[in-house]
Amino acid sequence: MSSIIQYFREIFQGIWSLLKGMRVTSGYFFSPGKIVTQKYPNNRKDLVMFERFKGEVIMPHNENNEHKCTGCGICEINCPNGTIEVISKTIVTEDGKKKRAIDKHIYRLGMCTFCALCVKTCPSNALAFSQEFEHAVFNRSLLIKISNKPGSQLMKGIE
Amino acid sequence: MEENIKEIVVGEQEDYVINMGPQHPSTHGVLRLVVTLKGEIVKNVEPHIGYIHRGIEKMCESITYPQIIHLTDRMDYLSASINNESVCLAVEKALEVDIPDRIKVIRTIFSELTRIQSHQLFWASYGMDMGGQTCFFYGLRDRERILDIFEETTGGRMLISYNCPGGLMYDIHPNFQKRVKDFIKYFRKVLPEYDAILTGNVIFTSRTKGIGHLSLEDAISYGVTGPSGRASGFSCDVRKHEPYSAYDRVKFNEVLYTEGDTFHRYLARIEEMRESMNIIEQLIDNIPEGPYAVKMKPIIKLPEGEYFQRVETSRGELDTFVISDGNKNPYRIKFRTPCFVNLGVLNHITRDFKIADLIAIAGSLDLVIPDIDR
Repeated sequence: MSSIIQYFREIFQGIWSLLKGMRVTSGYFFSPGKIVTQKYPNNRKDLVMFERFKGEVIMPHNENNEHKCTGCGICEINCPNGTIEVISKTIVTEDGKKKRAIDKHIYRLGMCTFCALCVKTCPSNALAFSQEFEHAVFNRSLLIKISNKPGSQLMKGIE
Repeated sequence: MEENIKEIVVGEQEDYVINMGPQHPSTHGVLRLVVTLKGEIVKNVEPHIGYIHRGIEKMCESITYPQIIHLTDRMDYLSASINNESVCLAVEKALEVDIPDRIKVIRTIFSELTRIQSHQLFWASYGMDMGGQTCFFYGLRDRERILDIFEETTGGRMLISYNCPGGLMYDIHPNFQKRVKDFIKYFRKVLPEYDAILTGNVIFTSRTKGIGHLSLEDAISYGVTGPSGRASGFSCDVRKHEPYSAYDRVKFNEVLYTEGDTFHRYLARIEEMRESMNIIEQLIDNIPEGPYAVKMKPIIKLPEGEYFQRVETSRGELDTFVISDGNKNPYRIKFRTPCFVNLGVLNHITRDFKIADLIAIAGSLDLVIPDIDR
């Protein structure tokens, strides 16, 4: 007799445990205010990423097309996987001195692991992260980017 | 004449050998299990690993110490912050650097947040393995809040690379404390829902209770650590026995069970989330003032010798062993990763159970495959 009671008790306890779970899920089902999902491609316009978000490494330029990179190559040394390549050239300044400057600052996005060592170790704070995150392209060669803009120059006062 | 001829079924006396994986939804990665079956009963499980081997230990030998940090992220990607910490602590131990309290406290908070999000994902994916789709959505919904906290401070979501030898990469974001407090408040309210949906569920409990029993002796001899080992009564919490960072100044209980079955391995993780929240609550309000990083030399060279550091990741004990010959990159670095060791016990605890139980048991060990292969 007691085994029959036990049998039915287990059935009712099982159903009760299922109902307890259902109460939680139905609670969310009938309260649309608790929805946390975002309709991503449609909310692109008002989607704000965090300011520290590591999207890609960029070299910020000011309005006069000037950057802070001196071409020292510390970012290239610190990069663990050869993402950055600094090609420097020698220029002659106004007062006749020879000086090193960057020709190209090549950044290979496809190889970057976003460890932030280049941005952190740059002695002149020339590099930064942008919040851009839609990196998909149709051709792999488009992932090789040149950080410095054409015709850009070193900002005055930075050695 | 005819009655002497018995019907011979080819293969009747033999075992079935079937492959589970490398692409199987319940292995959460590229793990291949060669399962020997007798009917439906598992006789032997032979894990074949190495599908995602990247040679992290060998790569570490050719790069400098600050660069190693980002590779350790990619071992156990669900406890990235703790993996970072282990290398940082080993390097700091070798250089005998005094780390300010602020760094220690922030590191501890990050470790515990990492542990919570890892267990949330365990709950989510384990629920889905057991047939509860809802768990996956609820688990990831709550995990998203922690990832937002990480993203705001570190810029990364999973592979955060936040620690560096000598401190942290950046200072915490001004919103950090408020967000963490909001999360704790929210998650304390939500965690009972986890119990209502999955822990008490009759289907779940009857699939997990009394299955995959691991005794204390076996847990010790196989070296099963983390919540899997503690469910068997193996007191192996490095945070308790060999406190690093700020664990010596917080009060928390080591979650211990003696049953050692699949259900208690699951329960240990749920309870650990509560303990982690207790730890964060003790620390979040009194983060000491100070610098967020100690000034280190631009090129870090460890003195010649051998250095060892134990930390507790969300899956067990991670040991880092560094041999330095005085150069800027290590002579040899060895990681004792918890998942590799925990995988070793799988054959022992699944034997003589049904093949459907294999999913439940393997899931309860909470294996992360890149951590096994590394």
